[in-house]
Amino acid sequence: MAQPILQLIDLCKNFGGVVALDHLNIQVEKSSITSIIGPNGAGKTTIFNLITGIVNRSSGKVYYNNEDISGLKPHMIAEKQIARTFQNVQVFPQMTVLENVMVGRHVKSHLGFILSSLIPPFFRIEEKRIREDAHQCLSIAGLSHLAQKKAGSLPLGNQRQLEIARALAVEPKLLLLDEPASGLNSRETYNMGKLIQKIKEMDITIVLVEHDMELVMDISDKVNVVNFGRSLASGDPSEIQANADVIAAYLGT
Amino acid sequence: MDHRNYIGLVIIAVIIAFIPTLVKNDYYIGILVFTALNCLTALGLCLLMGYAGQISLGHAAFFGLGAYSTAILTVNLGWSPWIAMGAGACLTAVIALIIGVPALRLKGHYLAMATLGFGAIVNIVFVAAVGLTGGPSGISGIPQLNFLGIELNTDKSFFYFSWAVVILGLFLALNLIHSRVGRGLRAIHDSQEAASSLGVNTSKYKIKIFVLSAAYASVAGSLYASFINYIDPGPFDVMHSVLLVVMVAVGGMHNIWGAMIGAVLLSILPEFLSALSDYFGGIGIAYKSDYDMLIYGGILLVIMLFLPGGLYEGIQRLLQASRNLINRFKMRAFS
Ligand SMILES: Nc1ncnc2c1ncn2[C@@H]1O[C@H](COP(=O)(O)OP(=O)(O)OP(=O)(O)O)[C@@H](O)[C@H]1O
Ligand SMILES: [Mg+2]
Repeated sequence: MAQPILQLIDLCKNFGGVVALDHLNIQVEKSSITSIIGPNGAGKTTIFNLITGIVNRSSGKVYYNNEDISGLKPHMIAEKQIARTFQNVQVFPQMTVLENVMVGRHVKSHLGFILSSLIPPFFRIEEKRIREDAHQCLSIAGLSHLAQKKAGSLPLGNQRQLEIARALAVEPKLLLLDEPASGLNSRETYNMGKLIQKIKEMDITIVLVEHDMELVMDISDKVNVVNFGRSLASGDPSEIQANADVIAAYLGT
Repeated sequence: MDHRNYIGLVIIAVIIAFIPTLVKNDYYIGILVFTALNCLTALGLCLLMGYAGQISLGHAAFFGLGAYSTAILTVNLGWSPWIAMGAGACLTAVIALIIGVPALRLKGHYLAMATLGFGAIVNIVFVAAVGLTGGPSGISGIPQLNFLGIELNTDKSFFYFSWAVVILGLFLALNLIHSRVGRGLRAIHDSQEAASSLGVNTSKYKIKIFVLSAAYASVAGSLYASFINYIDPGPFDVMHSVLLVVMVAVGGMHNIWGAMIGAVLLSILPEFLSALSDYFGGIGIAYKSDYDMLIYGGILLVIMLFLPGGLYEGIQRLLQASRNLINRFKMRAFS
């Protein structure tokens, strides 16, 4: 079996009385597209929030390249080259598209408060490099032509692309996509699938949470089904489609 | 795009150079010195509020800490005003750090309350610590500044100097805004979750910008003490904190130039109004400084209702609209 890049072991999360995750186990193989599917409220977004440190786990462990990263702060997770997008799109609406992606270069650049204050941007080599790198990420996501637009003014489809471009700027080894096709029409969804496959070609491991079954079954190497915070089934797309439990829990609806 | 901001700096420098040939009255030059100091404090506050999205209703306290540091260290201990200014800024930074670490965990109203309380406490200390601060009667005999051998003992020389400091403050702020740090701060403003997921250490950044912002206010306070040579707790009360926020909000907090516009406007408006009322004195309209708060409050109300982005955004919209209008005329002319 290929190397796991991410292992979730016995993850539990309670929000007050609500059990969001209940001894969940998931493995993600390196260089794969691994999907997590499940009905609304199954705990998919919570999984991402736990991996990226946005919420604290109740118990369990997260291993990344065999290193225990559970409980790290979100910015440290980014330094470990794990990036994500958000189900409720969170672009920075006041900034331009290019600036959004430039924020993504944060961990790959270094000037602090003092040097940044003292040196004007046009004398900073770093600034130029950040800009160039950001342009490159934009072109991968197919957004170059919108670089100077205010991010908040873009249609949802472009905002979702922008979140991916911004995440790519982190130079992730592991990319977590939370419903990247939600709210997109079928052509946009098709293009999103192409983009995700292109990112896989860049040797970035992808974890995909998505409700669009056609997309999931089309591009995933492996599918995990989650229900009520527990792993229900896991396998390649054809196995999952044939699994009676899954059909009952999810695909039937 | 960035370069336009720096051209703005040059324009300000040119305007400043010419003002004393137009404004001969020392009283008005003095007002323009206070204007400069308000600009400096508003700049720092704008970095905190407009860029990082964190409110402070305690900035008059930082302004006061700078002023009292200069006063106490120069008058009581005989330090050089420059060293006193530096020491004041360091002290203020440390206090801001101590306040900021717990306070910046709070959001919105709670952060406003916490900083408001801090400002009130500091002001009470200024009044009550008679042995150190002179209490309500304050500290007098604060020495003048000497800049590279030039005594800043006239209103005009201090005017040039204070605005040079503002330009320097603007320069540093502009550099910061257009950097990875500045983008990190703006990212925090829009979404802390997204900012942190991209590697921005949000809590550290919020604290750092709070400290920097306090240091701006402290330097302005030190300059204030050196300029008028006498301080008492009056100008460092909670009302002044509120006024600083109003300046930034009226000007438009999402842009550093907005804060400048707001600070300049609200600093000279009362003088303008009282001059106007002197002129119309004959018909029985007299403007009293008691009305200042009324005016500020009214302006804030109107701006928030009709131009929530502040005057800066209003000006931009106006420019955009006139550009559109011109384009339309051109199109018509060609068709
Ligand atoms: N911050 C929170 N506070 C309280 N409860 C939460 C929080 N986040 C999630 N939950 C709860 O945890 C459960 C799992 O939510 P989660 O958002 O992970 O589901 P999901 O699988 O992503 O659903 P969807 O497909 O609708 O996005 C839900 O019952 C939800 O109400
Ligand atoms: Mg979700």
